[in-house]
Amino acid sequence: MKKLAYDLVVIGGGPAGLASALEARRNGVKKILICERAPYLGGILNQCIHNGFGLSYFKEELTGPEYAERFITEVEKSDIDVKLGTMVLEITEDKQIIAVNRKDGMFAVDTKAAILAMGCRERTRGAITIPGERPAGIMTAGAAQNYVNLEGYIPGKEVVILGSGDIGLIMARRLTLEGVNVKGVLEVMPYSTGLVRNRVQCLDDFGIPLLLSHTITEIHGKDRVEGVTIAKVDERIQPIAGTEQYVSCDTLLLSVGLIPENELTNKLGCEMDQVTKGPVVNEKRITNIPWVFAAGNVLHVHDLVDNVTQEAEIAGKAAAALITGKMNKEEKIVAVTHDKNIGYVVPQHFDALNNQDKVVKFFLRVKNPDEDIKLVVKDNANKELLSLKKSIVEPGTMITFNLPRQFVTKDTSSIDISIAREQAE
Amino acid sequence: MEEKKLICIGCPKGCSITIKHTGKTINEITGYNCDNGLKYAENEFIEPKRIVTTTVKLKAGTLPFVPVKTREAVNKEKIFEVMKVISKLELESPVKVGDVVIPNIAGTGVDLVCTRSIKKVS
Repeated sequence: MKKLAYDLVVIGGGPAGLASALEARRNGVKKILICERAPYLGGILNQCIHNGFGLSYFKEELTGPEYAERFITEVEKSDIDVKLGTMVLEITEDKQIIAVNRKDGMFAVDTKAAILAMGCRERTRGAITIPGERPAGIMTAGAAQNYVNLEGYIPGKEVVILGSGDIGLIMARRLTLEGVNVKGVLEVMPYSTGLVRNRVQCLDDFGIPLLLSHTITEIHGKDRVEGVTIAKVDERIQPIAGTEQYVSCDTLLLSVGLIPENELTNKLGCEMDQVTKGPVVNEKRITNIPWVFAAGNVLHVHDLVDNVTQEAEIAGKAAAALITGKMNKEEKIVAVTHDKNIGYVVPQHFDALNNQDKVVKFFLRVKNPDEDIKLVVKDNANKELLSLKKSIVEPGTMITFNLPRQFVTKDTSSIDISIAREQAE
Repeated sequence: MEEKKLICIGCPKGCSITIKHTGKTINEITGYNCDNGLKYAENEFIEPKRIVTTTVKLKAGTLPFVPVKTREAVNKEKIFEVMKVISKLELESPVKVGDVVIPNIAGTGVDLVCTRSIKKVS
């Protein structure tokens, strides 16, 4: 088996992998390898041909391929090595990455650190168990996006979309532009799970109906989808008898959530967060294995690539500190807890005494939509460290905030984040 | 005075904006959080515009299609006209990000440009 040696191996050449590799390079790491499964860099951005990327990172509006190309060009100009069409099979405890591709066969890379940047994948029909036949014409919204935008195939003529995730909304517009009859988007929850702007410019603009609190109870058609039975659901998400309706269609797209792709992480034995489905990390995005970092959708599913890039730069910078011997040993772990109105918080803990960064950046999601809320951060002595007000919060839109380091003292052992509706004064 | 509510699409925040107007005259705009939001609300009231993104066939490229966009937003009413022009196009590879595919597409005054660099098959 061929053997290679690098200072840093980045697994995944999408937005997280590209940004973390570049940031590690800028911070003095000399030998970097990016392993990418696809035949090109850029990851899922290549099929996200719509605009809306880069507003916060580049302060201009770009399409997915344009956003990716800025980082790809940087990587190509640098001395970062890239192996395309390369599948990483295993990360071993003794700092070795085992991978395979057509040119090198199976090979091993000795490394000083690894950044996990494998992204996420879509939940499929199997994950949501819709009863009925098993005909052709059922696919995830992302698969349809690949067919339409990269391969140039239209998946059908009459489409129903289940789930109001962003990819589903984007595909409703995309297919409408290509002449497909998009009959509607069904969402089982009483609110849309995609970004508000996508509801407006992908559905409202084209008069595509969004049916909230609706689901599919049966798929019809032996060889090809012929139609679906839709029904209203009650507050326990159970279909209400008597509300069934038949809708004819030849294609059903599913946009029912994304799951971080963590097979390698699990096999390596990283501690996992049961809510994010990604590894547990500290503020430098280090997992419980001190030379393994994680960033982007492999860690938790983001709604904006700009946030992925920012997070990847945190991981890249920290990996560089480890490799160049500038990393402070973690001395005092502060646990991060949250109340029941919050779905999850990343990072799950941080180092109280690390003084390399002035702030700790937090990403969190609320469990339910709410208005006029106040987010409060308290320490273990019940002292309020920080509070911020938000007029609208929803699970589909991630909240980020910075906790200044100076608020954390040597007596801080944990912080708790809570969200409550503001009391009228 | 009449009132029109809209949701800003300028960025993923999705601010709820209220426009108070008398006929076609704007009296007051509230609810926006940045200059882009104010501009969006004004434009959305006077002439709603969108950036159109799609793909164009590519000859002898390493990929069969190249993604494209209208460099600026075009009148919402013109979207399907723009799509019709694009459906008949075919480009020679290689292409580079920002290459103009067709100037002033469908009389919108806006250029259609490539959004990905794709090499020629060697």
